[in-house]
Amino acid sequence: MIEARQLTKRFGGRTAIEDVSFAVARGEVAGFLGPNGAGKTTTLRILAGVFPPTSGQAVVDGHEIGAAPLAARRRLGYAPERPALYLGTTVRRQLELAAALRDLSGARARAAVDVALERTDLGDVQHRRIGTLSRGYRQRVGLAVALVGDPPALLLDEPMAGLDPAQAAECRRLIRALAPEHAILISSHALAEVELVCDRVVILHQGHVLAADTPPALAARLRAAARVDVEAHAPGAALAALLGTVPGVGRVDVVPTPNGHARCRVEAEPGRDPRAAIATRIAAEGWELLTLAPVETSLEEAFLRLVGAEERRA
Amino acid sequence: MRKALVICRHELGAMFGGPLAWVLAGVYALLTGYFFYSDLAFFVLFGGANLTAGLWRYVFLDFRQVTLLVLPLLTMRLIAEERKLGTLELLWTFPIRDRELLAGKVLAALVAYVVMLLGTLPGPLVLHALHPFSWTPLLAGYGGLFLLGVAAIACGLAASAITENQVVAAMLTYGVLLFFWFVSWNEAAIGQAIAPVLLALSLFDHFYGFAQGVIDGRDVAYLLAFAALFLFLALRALGARAWRGIA
Repeated sequence: MIEARQLTKRFGGRTAIEDVSFAVARGEVAGFLGPNGAGKTTTLRILAGVFPPTSGQAVVDGHEIGAAPLAARRRLGYAPERPALYLGTTVRRQLELAAALRDLSGARARAAVDVALERTDLGDVQHRRIGTLSRGYRQRVGLAVALVGDPPALLLDEPMAGLDPAQAAECRRLIRALAPEHAILISSHALAEVELVCDRVVILHQGHVLAADTPPALAARLRAAARVDVEAHAPGAALAALLGTVPGVGRVDVVPTPNGHARCRVEAEPGRDPRAAIATRIAAEGWELLTLAPVETSLEEAFLRLVGAEERRA
Repeated sequence: MRKALVICRHELGAMFGGPLAWVLAGVYALLTGYFFYSDLAFFVLFGGANLTAGLWRYVFLDFRQVTLLVLPLLTMRLIAEERKLGTLELLWTFPIRDRELLAGKVLAALVAYVVMLLGTLPGPLVLHALHPFSWTPLLAGYGGLFLLGVAAIACGLAASAITENQVVAAMLTYGVLLFFWFVSWNEAAIGQAIAPVLLALSLFDHFYGFAQGVIDGRDVAYLLAFAALFLFLALRALGARAWRGIA
């Protein structure tokens, strides 16, 4: 539904993105991650038809945006990072303009506006001037503009920026509700948000795609070694010393605790699972074992490792 | 063309939803009203019997000044404000062509300008009721003012398309219009070789005929070509995002 084929964009001598390829199918929510300046917004703008790529193709619902710009744009809704709104106009008027520009008129336009208002829960403020609304509301109006006329491809640049936690949860619920019928590409800095709402993640760094996978698979792939948290009723230094002697244990870090328990994070040697041996040794010492749990690698950690590794390589 | 009308309607709503367009229309009515009154008083005292040479010529030359004062302020926001708000980027993601967008903007500014011109009609209408006269020189004068407006609006649109700063857009428009206005004023200062060229390019010279009640095809063609050139430049300014990006 949304497809980037070897997109490259140069502005003068500067390369913003190079050879970026990925696809988002209908029914899928993809997260577009990357540090500032990675090229996320440039890629989204190309896919949205704002400007053409230097080379490569952007395809929306089968329409290549360079060859059939109007057909492609008719099938997409775009919400820029900074909500682009006419502050002097009312919410409803802004949405009516979007409907008219998407070739809707009369009853169809009214219905499309009503649906967008309902989905974004903006019915109560539809006759308010946008300039009088809070940032969170404006963000939602921006989203509503993208939804008018129900285009099947949605490109949302930082859709949850500026929302309070309750609004962000509502926004995630809306995106998940839209997912079955749409292809949705979300760019974000908030990794936790992406993990919660996206089926797949595309990581962009310095204009290149570093990885594209599901959040758990990405985290698993990047997990250098299995890690285990161990907590016991024992002197801290003694626990660390003991763990250091267990076969299969690589590195041991003492984690300070407020309650006087000893707590260590253990990194296993590649391919080894030392948990059973740890339990046996702690029992043999006569200490009480409180926690023995594997540590999940979060998407954030995976992201930082991936970007860090790339920067070291460069 | 339907999309251009959508943009035009929206633009008129935005223009007259704020104070600027009302203030400009008010200033236009006030200044043209004053000029009409003072030119009429001058004509009654000194003008003799020829209305076209003694009254209408002065009226339209004065109205022209008001037009050149007001229109750059009307056009400065057309694209610059959209760029600043980020709505221009959003518009580019809708199924609308750049030329439809620009056509809608020009149309809206023209509608506002024609409303201003209609606001100048009461003076001549009252005069006609008291002292009937031929409408022909007025048609030429208003036709000239309309075409001059088309040219000034196109120039203002192009200036507005290259910046997000409305004051810069207005100043650029004033600069270009005044340059074309004064280009032939001091014939002594320019060489014999280029004098005819500059005269042919002068906005001032090409309006003079209209003010005297004469519609010359060359003047019409000049003003339309002037407008077409700047509309083309405006189109190129929007297209520049392909290599310039969006700041």
